[in-house]
Amino acid sequence: MSEPVWQRGDLLGVAELSETEILHVLDTAESFVEVAARPIKKVPTLRGKTVINLFFEPSTRTSSSFEIAEKRLSADNINFSTSSSSLSKGETLLDTARNLEAMAPDLVVIRHAHPRVPHALAERLASGVINAGDGAHEHPTQALLDAFTIRRRKSRVEGLKIAIVGDVAHSRVVRSNVLCLTKLGAEVTVAGPRTMMPEEPEALGARVVYSLEEAIEGADVVMMLRVQLERQARAAFPSEREYFEFFGLTAERLRHAQEDAIIMHPGPINRGIEIASEVADGPWSVILEQVANGVAVRMAVLYLLAGAKSGEDGTP
Amino acid sequence: MSGSLVIRGGRVVDPTQALDGPADVLIENGTVTACGPGLARPENVPELDAAGLVVAPGLIDMHVHLREPGQEYKETIETGTRAAAAGGFTAVACMPNTDPVNDDPSLTEFMLKQADRAGWARVYPIAAVSRGLEGRELTEFGAQRRAGAVAVSDDGRPVWSAALMRQALRYARHFDLPVIQHAEELALSGDGVMHEGRFATRLGVEGIPAAADDVMVSRDLLLVADTGGRYHLAHMSTERSLDLIRAARADGHRVTCEVSAHHLLLTDEDVFDSGLDPNFKMHPPLRSAADRDALVEGLADGSIDAIASDHAPHHPDEKELDFVGSPNGIVGLETTLSLCLDRLVRKSVIDLARLVDLLSTAPARILRVAGGSLAPGSPGDVTLIDLEREVEVDPATFRSRSRNTPFAGWKLRGAPAGTVVGGRSIELP
Repeated sequence: MSEPVWQRGDLLGVAELSETEILHVLDTAESFVEVAARPIKKVPTLRGKTVINLFFEPSTRTSSSFEIAEKRLSADNINFSTSSSSLSKGETLLDTARNLEAMAPDLVVIRHAHPRVPHALAERLASGVINAGDGAHEHPTQALLDAFTIRRRKSRVEGLKIAIVGDVAHSRVVRSNVLCLTKLGAEVTVAGPRTMMPEEPEALGARVVYSLEEAIEGADVVMMLRVQLERQARAAFPSEREYFEFFGLTAERLRHAQEDAIIMHPGPINRGIEIASEVADGPWSVILEQVANGVAVRMAVLYLLAGAKSGEDGTP
Repeated sequence: MSGSLVIRGGRVVDPTQALDGPADVLIENGTVTACGPGLARPENVPELDAAGLVVAPGLIDMHVHLREPGQEYKETIETGTRAAAAGGFTAVACMPNTDPVNDDPSLTEFMLKQADRAGWARVYPIAAVSRGLEGRELTEFGAQRRAGAVAVSDDGRPVWSAALMRQALRYARHFDLPVIQHAEELALSGDGVMHEGRFATRLGVEGIPAAADDVMVSRDLLLVADTGGRYHLAHMSTERSLDLIRAARADGHRVTCEVSAHHLLLTDEDVFDSGLDPNFKMHPPLRSAADRDALVEGLADGSIDAIASDHAPHHPDEKELDFVGSPNGIVGLETTLSLCLDRLVRKSVIDLARLVDLLSTAPARILRVAGGSLAPGSPGDVTLIDLEREVEVDPATFRSRSRNTPFAGWKLRGAPAGTVVGGRSIELP
């Protein structure tokens, strides 16, 4: 028997994944899509497994998506939210994690505001760890569901021209997506105002431009990033109006892209800031498909990791 | 602390006497009375055999945090000075960001008393520039000087107000105190936690631009020109800051600077490669390779005056797991000398005499304290160095109360072999 493709006990970032592993997750997710169409949306795959969702940062859609994925796989899940992510007297981050571990979960899904905290915890915990977003570093399940959505719509990822536009400096979505889409052979361009670009942005591994039109010229996929309204205090742009004027995606501007381009957004969208309602609600938009696919992809990830941890290998 | 001792048979390296060769050092009642080859031993003076060792004027670490009073769980004056002795230092200058802040002569007196009680090394307290390090009103420089303070600084924070810095530079002239600046424009460093550059970009970590340091250095040097004050730049980390210092010095201003061993040996790429290990987090952050190379060049060409450890102990609980959430700083008292011997002297970046100047003579000159020399009349403070001894950095063996070092596991050749303070050989348990 050949070695199984998936042997990882943790999913920490796209950086560690090979093209084969990424494709394996996407293929596995295909078989879970159908579950959502059933009248009873539940399979017994993870019955008896315990998953803890450990969110150190507020999240509604990612945590809901994981929760639904876990429930549909029949896992027992517990949500643990805390905002005490910085050091203070008393319990440390490691204490929190060890306390949860004492309850012997099979998997822990971690969201934290600081880069590489899930990686550091994974080294110390026996349970499998899924990174559900670590600061502006990685958000691997988002990138995987985006690739999954693109592949379903375009039947391939390789060779596609993909533009990602917005607050590149502070986006974990862009980092994981550039890594993922590049590994799958896409040509990725990132764009945004210079005040929202990190230093030496080429280090991300994508082409870098500074205008929306240039970024989406001939693009097959346009991914708009959420502008972090709360970051406006840092004077990254003077007003929402001005942002929309120069970097907002309108139907008019979309003419630069391919006629059959799809529009993506990790959500939640800011209507009239980074994306016009006509685009978000228009025929190009696959934004809600992304949300639906997110559940299937997260089911695939949970299934693969639980299998790797218990040494089982099977098909759903 | 005073004793008598003859140190015999070693290689004496003393840049103040342009001496590098076999010689003996005689210390009587705490003071060097003779330095030269084949000294006769006076009666009743014990002898220390230094055969095979380098005999240098006692090393002075001009930038450490001893954490006492207030944060004794990280370090105390006793454990910090013991770490100093183990690392080959006979004296340390300690920063005032304790709790309470050293903004009052009673704190300086307390620190000196604690150091005396411990007896491992001399301690030179640095007084706060501003009350409570709040950057608003000056402390009593004169009373602090009288109590034993050797400099003023708000280290840990910059003296942010240009007006306060101007007054500090002016007022410190009365007492010939250097104003030691932690140069950081807070509006530019913001929430940054590592050098702003390609590696921070890949990690999605908020960056601290080099300009955060440079803007403040530039401002300060204009104020130095304006006031004629004496200015010392702490933990310099960027190429441009070095250029600014060079230019100010060329203009004849009284400006000095120090670098830390970690800024000479590590870069932001090491932070990346460590996977964001909190032991690679300090302020200023580890900079780019270009900055590091510029600092090494500045060391070799004489532009940099001193090397200091910026010893900043933190409890293991605070330096575990979460890079962004952990406090700034690493320990350095027990690694600095070996790092410099192996990576700078052995690699011929600088020679041993220059290293002794950087770690002893220059700090003494900047702080206006006795020492940094083995010429007769100097205090009997000596550091013995074994150039051949191989060591592996093992935090578990540190005398410091803390373990936060990025150098764990480094194999280094050259190590401290003992210290003598005031003619008294320091015996570590």
